[in-house]
Amino acid sequence: MSNFSLIVLLLALMAIGYQLGMVRSRKVAAVNLQQKMHSRPHHYGMMVGLWAVIPAFFILILWTLLSPGVINSMVAAQLPPEALAAEGMNADVIMRRIGNLAANFGVVAEAEQWELAAAAYMQQLKSSSALLLTGLMSAIAAAGLFFSFKRIKPQLRARHQIERTVKAVLIICSTVAILTTIGIVMSMVGETIKFFSFIPPADFFFGTTWNPRFSTTGVSEGSLTGSQGSFGLLPLLSGTMLVAVIALLVAIPLGLMVAIYLAEYAPAKFRATAKPIIEVLAGIPTIVYGFFALVTVGPFLADFGASIGLTIRATSALTAGVVMGIMIIPFISSLSDDIITQVPKALRDASLGLGATKSETVRKVVLPAALPGIVGAVLLAASRAIGETMIVVLAAGNSPTLTANPFEAVSTVTVTIVNQLTGDNDFASPQSLVAFALGLTLFVITLLLNVVALVIVRKYREQYE
Amino acid sequence: MTDINKHSVNPATAEHPAPLSKTQQKVAASLNRRHRQEKLFKGIGLGAVIISLTLVAILFINIFAKGLPAFWQSAITLDIYFDPQIIQISEKPVQQPDETENAFRQRFIEWQSEVGMVNFNRLILDGLVKVIPEASERQYRRDSSRIVTSGERYALRDMVIDNPEIIGQTKTVHLLTDANIDVWLKGNIDRSLPDAQQQLSPKVREWVAELSKQGIIENRFSFALFMNPDSRSSLASAGLAGAFMGSLYMMLVVIFLAVPMGVAAAIYLEEFAPKNKLTDLVEVNINNLAAVPSIVFGLLGAAVFIGWFKLPMSAPIVGGLVLSLMTLPTVIIATRSTLKAIPPSIRQAALGLGASKMQAIFHHVLPLAVPGILTGAILGVAQALGEAAPLLLIGMKSFVAQVPTGPFEQSTALPVQIFLWQGNELRNFFEARTSAAIIVLLALMLSLNALAIWLRKKYEKRW
Repeated sequence: MSNFSLIVLLLALMAIGYQLGMVRSRKVAAVNLQQKMHSRPHHYGMMVGLWAVIPAFFILILWTLLSPGVINSMVAAQLPPEALAAEGMNADVIMRRIGNLAANFGVVAEAEQWELAAAAYMQQLKSSSALLLTGLMSAIAAAGLFFSFKRIKPQLRARHQIERTVKAVLIICSTVAILTTIGIVMSMVGETIKFFSFIPPADFFFGTTWNPRFSTTGVSEGSLTGSQGSFGLLPLLSGTMLVAVIALLVAIPLGLMVAIYLAEYAPAKFRATAKPIIEVLAGIPTIVYGFFALVTVGPFLADFGASIGLTIRATSALTAGVVMGIMIIPFISSLSDDIITQVPKALRDASLGLGATKSETVRKVVLPAALPGIVGAVLLAASRAIGETMIVVLAAGNSPTLTANPFEAVSTVTVTIVNQLTGDNDFASPQSLVAFALGLTLFVITLLLNVVALVIVRKYREQYE
Repeated sequence: MTDINKHSVNPATAEHPAPLSKTQQKVAASLNRRHRQEKLFKGIGLGAVIISLTLVAILFINIFAKGLPAFWQSAITLDIYFDPQIIQISEKPVQQPDETENAFRQRFIEWQSEVGMVNFNRLILDGLVKVIPEASERQYRRDSSRIVTSGERYALRDMVIDNPEIIGQTKTVHLLTDANIDVWLKGNIDRSLPDAQQQLSPKVREWVAELSKQGIIENRFSFALFMNPDSRSSLASAGLAGAFMGSLYMMLVVIFLAVPMGVAAAIYLEEFAPKNKLTDLVEVNINNLAAVPSIVFGLLGAAVFIGWFKLPMSAPIVGGLVLSLMTLPTVIIATRSTLKAIPPSIRQAALGLGASKMQAIFHHVLPLAVPGILTGAILGVAQALGEAAPLLLIGMKSFVAQVPTGPFEQSTALPVQIFLWQGNELRNFFEARTSAAIIVLLALMLSLNALAIWLRKKYEKRW
């Protein structure tokens, strides 16, 4: 039986258990008139249902995780040793071939006699494993059902059992976020260490040329190390920074002035319309910005540059930066707006009362008071700009050179990750492993920016609360 | 301030012109400058708002101006005679009473491939000759085969498979023209370019001009854009159906995984979790996860789901898992702020009447939080729908010519389809097609956002 039908069966069993438990609890209540039942009938029903399903479900999960390994090793133990020696193939390949044969996928080249025998054995093992699993699950589910059914008594605290179960589920769900972070760190650190076994870390972090060459299969052979290419991070990092700085130069003045105007000057109605419209910019998918940069902004900037005697490439750091700046305007404006409106009114009133004009109050009182929060907002926007992918993939020109000229094409860390990790790779060559090293670098940089920003913003909030 | 103003503006008419102090003089002298500065500052602020609004307008006008024409595509109306001489196929199989399902399917597939062998291009050519008599001439073979886009022969095949009785009849059908004809008719290519640089031969251009004058070739609403999967051989019939289904499967995974998990996590953290170092860590961790670049989640998916768990490349299930992890923090944060906004009096009232903590939360707090949670969930799904970068890393940018029928099949996604189309060599055609795909994506996202706003407006309660 497939796992899916087993799960359906379990759910059906749960419904049956629920009904049985409910009926039983009513009967028990009718017999023990002198003692009140602790929980409502549906609690008893639910308890029986859970007891029937949860242990069996754990068995299902364990079995699904463990059985392939056990079956494989049992098949491997049966393989004739002389055939293994004669083939000279590695055990993984043989097992994959046998697995394909057993699943009737067919394999390349004619299957040997012993391979067919092993495949038949594997099929037999698989079917008996499925049978065993079904039997075991039924037994455990029935036992759970029976056990909990028998236990229904007025003193039994069924509701507490259910509530503990629900709480356990809630706790498990809240650890997923932590597991994700651990998964990110573990997977990237693991692959990065593999990458550093090909390329020394110093060459990666301080190298000034990026030229990974093509991914060749079997690079791990010592003879090919000469053609591994150079994996210098600096050109990519400089490109990333260049684009991010341009984006911030566009977004900070615009976003900050928007925030100031909307918070301090705009009539309530105007604010209520303009703010959501500007925030639409934050919801547009980045691929749309990339396309906009590629077909509209890039050619426009190139023409504009030509008309004032500058050579600006259509896909350049400038194009990507300007469009990314547009994208992060709402980040800066919304966050700064929140922070500016949080500045206590007393500060403004004091300043106005002393005869300062409104703009003087904003510039000399409100902004200095809000500065830490605004810095936090800018840092968050910067981390957004550094991690942005699709705009730079389409509009930055993908040319990994160490340059500070914004009119030139550049490449960034994110673009390179996309370039290095597409198609099917087995994560064995430095060409694809470098993506993880780059990803880890990106993760660390954005993490630092985020932590600093969050600390600043939190400090600031406490200051005026 | 008004006092100073009066003196400085018109001291002569004042009844008791008191002499101004030094400070007052200084202030009076600087007032004009300061008021100018005030105006300037306000003007800059208004200017920034106007620039930002203009940028939104430019972006949308630009995309819509490019993309809207692509919803209509030039199609040719032909009378196709389903010639029994050309379509020589056996009878459509019918399931026999003693036949198993599998044996019948086997027979049906054999019959389908037999129909597929028919030379449907010949039928199209015969139909074409009725409107352009010279199309049958040998010297124009190449030209006449380039009027109708190559994918349309499958449309005729499907007509025959659906209803074999059509053989021997004449049907009026609308067939999509070649992508280059669409470009030419829409004026998306410079018509004054020399022949060598034109995609269409002079003869084809002459025919097309004549046919569109007669109204045989005209712009029709492009159902192909919505009904077809992507195509490389027949560019004019490339559509979004495959990408749309891929995105749909991924969104289903997100809805069934990220939303319940996020809500559960938020309930625990907000209502049950003790205040200690560990929950502090979880809190910081979630805030950081929300700001991790999306591409990092793609790396996680490539290493964990594909590398370790051996899930298939390019499958919506992997994409859905990656996007779920990505939207989880968004859902958690939104749900927590909703739960926070529900006044403690609700909980206290429930507890006071003897409810357990679990009952107070699930029976009283959670129902009140549903609108807020839904809003957060919808915004999270919208964010996941528009995300392309992590999907590129798990192989979803490979070309897929079928509409996926399940979450484990190869597929692409709407934002990735946009990425693929913008890189197509036939720029003139695909610039419009890409913009049309963007309009579809934006329409989906904006309607999700509008739904979220509507929910919030309708059910929002101020306590």
